[in-house]
Amino acid sequence: MTTVTAPEKVTTNRPKRKRLSPLAVVIPAAAVILALTYALPPFRNYQLATVGAYLCVTAGLTVLTGLNGQLSLGHGALMATGAYTLALMQNRFNVLALGILAAVAVTTVVGGVIGLAAARLRGPYLAGLTLAVATVVPSIASTFDTTFNSDQGLTVALEPPPDAITVEQWQAWLCWAGALVTVLVIAYLVRGRFGRDMRAVRDDETAAKLAGIGVARTQVLAFVLSAACAGLAGALFAVLAQSVSPGAFPLTLSLFLVMAVVIGGLGRLSGALIGAVLLVALPEIAHSIAEDAGSQRLEGNLALTFFGVVLVAVMLAAPGGLASLRLKRNKQKGRT
Amino acid sequence: MDRFLYLTFDGLSRGAVYAAFALALVLIWRAARIVNFAQGAMAVATAYAGYSVTNATGSYWLGFIVAIVGGLVLGALVERVVMRFVDHSSPLNGVVVALGLVLIIQGVLGMIYGNEFRPAEAPFSRDAFQLGDVALLSRYDLFVFAAVGTVVVLLTLLFTRTSTGLRMRAAAFAPDVSRLLGVPVSGMLTLGWALAAAVGSLAGMLVVPTELGLHPNAMDLLFISAFTAAVVGGLDSPVGAVVGGLIVGLLLTYVSGYLGATVAPMAVLILLVVVLLGRPDGLFSRAKARTA
Amino acid sequence: MKRTAAIVLTAVLLAAGCSSNGKGNSSGSSDTPGVTDTEITVGTHMPLTGPAAAGYSKIAPATKAYFDYVNKNGGVNGRKITYKIMDDGYNPANTQQVVRQLVLQDKVFAILNGLGTPTHTGVLDFLKTNRVPDLFVASGSRSWNQPDKYPGTFGFNPDYTVEGKILGTYVKETYPGKKICFLGQDDDFGRDSLAGIEKILGPVAAKQSYVTSNPNVVPQIGALKAAACDVVMLATVPGFTALSIGTAAKVGFRPKFVVSNVGSDPTTLAKTLGPTGAPLLEGVVAANYLPLATDDANPWIQLYKKVNTEFNGNAEFDNNVVYGMSVGYLFVQSLQAAGKDLTRDNLTAAVEKGGFTGPGLVPVRFSAKDHSGYGGEQLTKLTGGKAQYFGTPYQTDDGDGAVAAYTGTAVAPPQNGIPTAQ
Repeated sequence: MTTVTAPEKVTTNRPKRKRLSPLAVVIPAAAVILALTYALPPFRNYQLATVGAYLCVTAGLTVLTGLNGQLSLGHGALMATGAYTLALMQNRFNVLALGILAAVAVTTVVGGVIGLAAARLRGPYLAGLTLAVATVVPSIASTFDTTFNSDQGLTVALEPPPDAITVEQWQAWLCWAGALVTVLVIAYLVRGRFGRDMRAVRDDETAAKLAGIGVARTQVLAFVLSAACAGLAGALFAVLAQSVSPGAFPLTLSLFLVMAVVIGGLGRLSGALIGAVLLVALPEIAHSIAEDAGSQRLEGNLALTFFGVVLVAVMLAAPGGLASLRLKRNKQKGRT
Repeated sequence: MDRFLYLTFDGLSRGAVYAAFALALVLIWRAARIVNFAQGAMAVATAYAGYSVTNATGSYWLGFIVAIVGGLVLGALVERVVMRFVDHSSPLNGVVVALGLVLIIQGVLGMIYGNEFRPAEAPFSRDAFQLGDVALLSRYDLFVFAAVGTVVVLLTLLFTRTSTGLRMRAAAFAPDVSRLLGVPVSGMLTLGWALAAAVGSLAGMLVVPTELGLHPNAMDLLFISAFTAAVVGGLDSPVGAVVGGLIVGLLLTYVSGYLGATVAPMAVLILLVVVLLGRPDGLFSRAKARTA
Repeated sequence: MKRTAAIVLTAVLLAAGCSSNGKGNSSGSSDTPGVTDTEITVGTHMPLTGPAAAGYSKIAPATKAYFDYVNKNGGVNGRKITYKIMDDGYNPANTQQVVRQLVLQDKVFAILNGLGTPTHTGVLDFLKTNRVPDLFVASGSRSWNQPDKYPGTFGFNPDYTVEGKILGTYVKETYPGKKICFLGQDDDFGRDSLAGIEKILGPVAAKQSYVTSNPNVVPQIGALKAAACDVVMLATVPGFTALSIGTAAKVGFRPKFVVSNVGSDPTTLAKTLGPTGAPLLEGVVAANYLPLATDDANPWIQLYKKVNTEFNGNAEFDNNVVYGMSVGYLFVQSLQAAGKDLTRDNLTAAVEKGGFTGPGLVPVRFSAKDHSGYGGEQLTKLTGGKAQYFGTPYQTDDGDGAVAAYTGTAVAPPQNGIPTAQ
């Protein structure tokens, strides 16, 4: 993955360190994934697909939080928006591409509304507001139950894939296509002016304003971008699960997403990938530990505790996240 | 009219608990400029401790004291062991670490006690006094009001009448100057966390008997209401927290009663949005900011 | 950067793979997944953590305990049953994940007693595509009874409409001319239940609903009080049953309560209400279809208690344990009926053939055209903190069929507590 934020301040008149073009990373990655989908057994393919779906949302979130300094605890709700849109579209038209586009579009609009509010808020206020957003999903699904069918949720109509490939393989292709496009778009966006604006706003709003950067505009755009990514992720999750219900987007999901990008390393797409992998792998590892220990109570709670401990430890010891551990060495090499 | 009265009293007794919870948030905000997102989980942890003691000894009050003291200790511990070492250059960091604490506390509680609802007894009867046909308040509601009232009075006295309170405010508002003047800033910070967590524990002990019981996630939704209450009142204002708590309590009950239970969480969100966008410093902050 | 990421990805996937390999691929001689000459592997998904885990987390361990008991006595046709219990936290997204793990990686023979309507609905298609038998789903939704669409899926609980009709019949006979009201959960559970009640009673005088995310029923109870209801019928989960009854007492409202089986476990209710609140449960009417945990004279309870002591770490014995073991018993019956040559098709065919008699008060309804579980219930009344059956069991369907008394006699468990092929 590309480094989307260089930790060192790159001034404009110093020659830039050579960076890989995002395409040069994404194309081989696509090849590797494609090969993997043929090599892996179905369940691993399903997990691979899930990592891809998570990567869509963590990539957007890491840009929002890491590069623009806005903390959102409500991205689970944005994923729900995308998922429900996809379900409703599928059950009406059953054209997957259309459904996914609609999901991204609707979530972008919803993200724009929240982003407008978010741009006026800072730190804990924004966190609290988005936390409240995360908890209204069941309430909305129950209040408008003729559309969303309450806690029960909706099933998603899907055409089966061609016989030549397994469902899980098809899911992995779909999710990774989404993930790689997301990564590519984000990588190009943050390298350009938009990325510079976002970092400037994060570091010093007043200075950014003096430099002629539209602070509110940049913040809203960052939020919209990450919302669109969350919408895509939600749509992919709806495809994976073939159903949508409020229970699939609980408060813990929103918190886990934040955990994942923080642990992986804020503002780095590689960190988003690490986070996405952790979200899939940790619960399974915790399950086998709990199974070996023969204790039911350990199960989910072990993963919860572990996530918490790692998070606090990372925040205290290496605020750059796991991805920064390697980067530090890079940096030294680059400087000497 | 009967129904309105009935809902009003229910809203007020619920609001009193939100108020206590919001007070805890305000206390930490005043002491450390942090919104403690782990407040709910910390309160649940001490409530578990309290009810374990109650179940073992049969004495509610012993458990109650253990919970409050547990709050003091846990608050101090969290500040000394974790929060102190957080890089506070960005407000994000404190929030994220608090969220990590939430996961740890909920996971550990789940491992120790299991994810069952555990019953929690109220120390007083919850049967409401009736006026004609309308149920008003129960003994337990009165206890809640008295407890929250006592806390407000004690905190007000602490902050306005004692030198410790003065030092705490000084340490929070101008840490560097205070340090030069000989205020033990770091000790004051610990004290602020301890006090806030104790008030949070009180809120936890008060609310648990009125809902489904003890559960690692018992305070998740309560936290949103309390946060809204604190924001409505202005994060800086203890009186605002109390008024905010009552407003949120009434809103939730009226909306549930007249529009339906499903709408209530949305109403809280809308209130939060309106206040944040319309009066981001809360309804009470301006007057308070000058005197604080 | 990319390399680190790729290495991490591979490492974690490998690690995850290693941790659970070795156990899964045990399908030896037979072609049927999850079945060898010595072992049958089945799996389930249950909420063991999270807010919905309360009470339910005891079911699967009880089923497992019964299997261990059967295994100790030689298993079924020489095969021991391995029961893989996966936690989904009542989150449908997790259910997807864990059921795939069970089917694709652990290669289970069947999914047994997966719990929850929103959670299990999402895996119906997946299980159908992979031709995995999906037995005895733990929920009273009517979705499990769609033999044409989901030929491998079978229910267990009486559905909520059947229950509503039976409770409605009791209320109609016992409280003629009284004001009957309803408080239910705002989903299929509440809706189907109300549908059943209204089939018998006609429109109720007042109806209210709650959502689990808002644990305050004061407004709803207030509305029912204002409507001067004489009887309140509850389609609530245990926590909300206790909350509703407690809140009613709090506001001085004392109607007769008639409660769905789902939310009527007396042990759970008494615990939640505590010693001062427990007397409020006196006289509450509910319904059940399995022997009651407190009925020590019942031979099934004696058997289950024995199993519970020996194989379930002497867990607190309540109706959830009875439920879990009854599921285990029915599954062993199905395996016996499927015969020595165990395949997925044999198992499904054996269940469709039906005719199982066991702990249930009424028969299970399985046939080629009917995949719903128990077809009726008997009423219970809480007295002195214990539920007791009264009257006779009733049977009905989820349509307009009559509610009729069931006259068959109760069956005692076999001597050694293990069913034999019939």
